[in-house]
This record gives sequence, C-alpha cells and structure tokens, in this order.
Amino acid sequence: MSFWEYANPKKFIATTTPILPWAFGIAAACLIVGLVWGFFFTPDDIRQGSTVKIIYLHVPAAMMAINVWGMMLVTSLIWLIRRHHVSALAARAAAPIGIVMTLIALVTGAIWGQPMWGTWWAWDPRLTSFLILFLFYLGYMALWEAIDDPDTAADLTSILCIVGSVFAFLSRFAVQFWNQGLHQAESVSLWEWTFNVIARFFAFVWNSIFGAEQVIEVAVREENVSNVFFVPLLICMIGFVVLFVALVFQRTTTEIRVRRIRALESRARRG
Amino acid sequence: MIALLARDLRLAVRAGGGFGLGLAFFLIVIVLIPFGVGPEASVLTRIAPGVLWVAALLAALLSLDRIFALDHEDGSLPLLATSPLPLEGVALTKGVAHWLTTGLPLTLAAPALGFLLNLAPAAYPYLLASLALGTPALSMIGTFGAALTVGIRRGGLLLSLLVLPLYVPTLIFGAEAVRLGSDGLSATVPLAMLSGITLFSYALLPFATAAALRINLR
Amino acid sequence: MMLTVENVTCARGGMPVLSGVSFALDAGQALVLRGPNGCGKTTLLRTLAGLQSPLAGSVTFPEDEGAYASHADGIKAQLSVTENLSFWADVHGRPMPDDVFTSFDLDDLRDRLAGTLSAGQKRRLGLARLGVIGRKVLFLDEPTVSLDGFSVRMFADFLRDKHLAQGGVAVIATHIDLGLDAPEMDLTPFKADHTATGGSDEAFL
Repeated sequence: MSFWEYANPKKFIATTTPILPWAFGIAAACLIVGLVWGFFFTPDDIRQGSTVKIIYLHVPAAMMAINVWGMMLVTSLIWLIRRHHVSALAARAAAPIGIVMTLIALVTGAIWGQPMWGTWWAWDPRLTSFLILFLFYLGYMALWEAIDDPDTAADLTSILCIVGSVFAFLSRFAVQFWNQGLHQAESVSLWEWTFNVIARFFAFVWNSIFGAEQVIEVAVREENVSNVFFVPLLICMIGFVVLFVALVFQRTTTEIRVRRIRALESRARRG
Repeated sequence: MIALLARDLRLAVRAGGGFGLGLAFFLIVIVLIPFGVGPEASVLTRIAPGVLWVAALLAALLSLDRIFALDHEDGSLPLLATSPLPLEGVALTKGVAHWLTTGLPLTLAAPALGFLLNLAPAAYPYLLASLALGTPALSMIGTFGAALTVGIRRGGLLLSLLVLPLYVPTLIFGAEAVRLGSDGLSATVPLAMLSGITLFSYALLPFATAAALRINLR
Repeated sequence: MMLTVENVTCARGGMPVLSGVSFALDAGQALVLRGPNGCGKTTLLRTLAGLQSPLAGSVTFPEDEGAYASHADGIKAQLSVTENLSFWADVHGRPMPDDVFTSFDLDDLRDRLAGTLSAGQKRRLGLARLGVIGRKVLFLDEPTVSLDGFSVRMFADFLRDKHLAQGGVAVIATHIDLGLDAPEMDLTPFKADHTATGGSDEAFL
C-alpha cells in the first residue's frame, strides 16, 4: 500500500471525511484549553505585563503562516513531478488559510506593538517580513483565480510558488539587513521572549531527566521567564496545527468536488 | 538569440513606446514627488535615494506586459517555440532586450533626475552603480512574471501584483546602497548583494520563464 | 519515413478530441486533413508540431525539422517585408534565399512595412517564412485563408515544386482544393468518444 493512493480524489475524500469531526474537535479542545490557560492562569511578565499573553495567538499563527507556505511548496512540487491533482488542489485550498494566519500574526503583532512600542505599526524586520509574505499569498491566490483551465492554473501557480519561495527567503534577509540599525535599542522582543520560554522548557526537561550534573547551558536573557508559559503555548500550537489540517482537508474536499462537477458537466456536454 | 535581440530592439525603437514611455513616466513621478512632500531641500535630499529607486522600479514595471503579449497576439510565440532557439534562450533574450530598452535608459537618466530631488553629491556614483547592477534583475524577474500572465486577457494588473513582491529584495538593496552612499558610508555589501540577485535571476529565471511559456503555449 | 504518427490522442483544454490518429508520410508526400469546424484539426497540428504533448501515441520526424504555421503569421507590422523574413532566416541560422520573393510575389513589396500590406499580402508574407526557414516537415493550419485564387495556385506551386519536390513533407488542414496530388484524410471517424483516456478530468469522474 502506497502513500500515493491518497492522491486519488475518491480515496482522499473517503479517508479524510471520517477524520474531519475528530480533527475539528481536537483543534477546538486544544485552543480552548490553551487560550484559557494562557490568558487566565499564567502570571504576567515583569516587563511586558499582560500584553505578552498575546503570544498564545501570535506565535502559533506566525508559525502556521510560514509552514502553510512550506506545505504549498511541497504540494506544488508533488504536482509538478507526479501530476497528482489532489496535491495541486490542496495547495490551492491551503492558500486562503495561510493568508488568514498571516493576517492574524500581523494584527496580533500590531496589537502587541501598541503598548510596547507606542505605535500600532513599526517597520520591524519580523513584522515587515510577514507583510511581504502576505503579498506573496495575495499574488498566488490572484493567479489561481485568473486562469480558467485548472491544469494550466495548477502548473503556473506551482512555478510561482517555487520562484516565490526563493524570493521570499531573499526578502527575509534583505529586510533584516535593511532595518538593522533602527531597532538596536529595541530591548523588548516578543520573539526573543518566546525563544527563551522554549529554551528554558527544554533545559528543564533535559535537567530533570539527566540530573543536575548534566546541566546544559541556555542563553537565558531574561531571568523572569519560566516554563509555566510553555505548556499552554505548546497546546495552542498543536491546536493551530490540527485546525489547519482539518481546514485544509475540508477545503481540498470542496475543491475536488468543484473539479468533479466541472468534469461531469464537460462530459455531459460532449455527450 | 542575437537576431531576436536585434529584432526586439528595432521594434522598441520603431514602435516608440519602449524607450519613451518608461522614461517619461520616470520623469513625471520624480516631478510629482516634491509637489507631494513639499519643496524643502533637506527633506528631498533624505528621501531622494528611495524615491528614485521606487520610481525607476515602477517605470520598469510599466512596459513588462509588452514583453510577451505582442508576440503572443501575432502568433510569433509558437513559431519561436518550434524554431531551433531554445525557449530558455528566448526568455533570456527577452529579459536582456527589456533591460536595454528600459533599465539602461532609466539608469542613464537617473542622475539628471537626482538633481531635481537635490540628491547628495556623494550619492551619484552609487545611484548609477546600484541602478546599473539592479535594473537587469528587475527586467528578468519581470520577464518571468510576463510569461506567467501571457495567456491572461488584461493581465497587466495581475502582473504587477505578482511581480512587485518579487522586487522587494532588489529594491531594498538598491535603495540602501544609494542611501549609504549619500551618507558617505561604504555601500559594498548592498552592491554585492544586488549583483548577486541579478546574477542569480539571469542564471535561474530563464528556466522558470521557459517552463511558464511552454505551459501557456499548450 | 519522414513523418510517422502512431495512434495519437490529442486534447484541447484537457479534453480528448481526437484519438487513434495514425499515418506515415514519405519524403515528397503531403496529407490534407479534412473535417468540420471544431473537430480538432488545429489541436492535432499543434500536437504534431510539438507545441503540446499527445495524451497517447507518438509523433516522430527528424529532429529540428518541424515547422508550424497557423492563421497568425507572426508578422511584425513595424518591420519591412525583408526584415520580417530575414529575422526568421537568422533565427533558423540559414542564408536568405533570394527566390523566395519571386515565389510568393513579394518582389515589389520588399521594403514596404508589413503593417501597410493588405490581408492577402500579409498572408503571403507569412507563408514566405516557410520558404526561408528551410524546414522539411511542415504543419500548415488553414494556410490559404484570405488568399485569392491566383495566390492559392502560387502557394500550391511553391509546395509542389520547391518543398515536396526537394524531399519535404506537409500536413495541411484546409477547406479548399489546393490542386496538390495528395491523399485526404477525414478526421471525423477519429473523434474521441468517452472511451478515450488520459484527459485531465479523468481522475475526478
């Protein structure tokens, strides 16, 4: 039994349909638990106060914004190499989810920035990169919409996705270079904080397994970070991933049905 | 390839639109800027590098949809595809021809427009160098976008939407080079990055462009 | 054999239109394709010329010998007649044959801009391209549209005396009688039915 069996549209729908309610259920459970835990049962950060709690939305959304593009890149390559229609349709189905994730990351970033930087928008390299990613998603979706023939559209959007990935990567470095001077004094960074949380957690796990003599060095920049933040964040991340999987299955199924209607119509016309 | 290049250049000169329109657009945008931000010389000096680069980029964008659309309309494209010329070569030639008819004139005109925006004297060599190194990349990336949208009626707007995000790194390094130059700092890094992007575009994008053309010819 | 077509299925917009098309042409032979509008003549010719790949079957002819000509001539209005032709000669890396102007009655028009030519003159210029590029295997899609009777005979003479006589082959889709001594093939029996496989919608049915 091969993995590629699931590239058959019927098999794909038959396999994913029973999974869907479970996926949506798990996603809802994770998000409710993670967000309530994160918002109400974790302490405030000493320097950032309660504003830091936006990480429970911001970080998973930002993570998904990038990963969805990565998934589209993989499915585009699969389409170009193996010509599985489901793969191309999955890329098409994922793009609107990706753009919403990017939008959530941008908006939550702005909301966090208002009290911290005193402005809704700063041309911070990270925020700027997400803005550029947003534009890439926009162009990709517009190209899908503009072409009538589904196979031509799939081919061209796949090529755009591959070339776009390279240039998105380049833009990331360009933006970092461009704004290196501006925020040198920027001491409070949401992402540094998050990385600290994650690093602290793994250090904690490592130390409790291997004992104190195996202590690993973690570059901890802020003393007040503790692993109580990590577990709810992890639950939220899992929630976002499962939610994405559920949504992408649902939307791919819809796209497959649209194609099927189109195929049946053209067969009927042909007689 | 030389025959195709010569033909495209000849067409650009004869049709009149190729050279003139982009340059005129560049001039008009630069003239409009002071009306928008005010005539204060120090403000203009500060924004001049970025404004010049953005205006040059938009002027290059203007003529992108002509790269393949004309050949598509009169049926030259399938004839070129069945000729001994590989489509990758066609793509590369089209990119070079676009640069010679838009990027190069824009580069040469930019210093003159720099005077209008009171560009710092130290910045002129960097303006010339960054445009000379960066606009070829704009042409090749634009050729790729034009190949993607060649089959779409009124694809001009979509073309801009697809191409502009791809222009971000070039714009950042280009304008940064001029900005550093005008502050009297060394601009080696952005200029090197700019040449890197250009070389990279010309090495790889012809293949993507040819693939897109083949799909659109089906 | 110069051109061998075996069991070709071709598709338009992802839908099979013709299937099981087979024929073979020896040097000096031509084939005229017939069939009602929309039966897939253009699609078949584009497939044979290699602009799109067949869903099934194979097309073989000597490499770099195929040429395709359709209603669109690829003529640039801003270039003169000579410039248009010498461009295609250069692209194909061949010298410009001087008799091509006579063959297509373009002698008096050499320096005229193509944009100022009449529709029939333009068509002759487009066809003259075939005399310039020196390809042996021609795929011609309605070559005689907007030509008068005299020009049609002139083109037929060119095909017979300059092309086929020198070992070329041609597949021609046309509705009028060119006066060539060529077999005709009606495409109607090859119309793809629901049993034709390979369409892009197939996975969804």
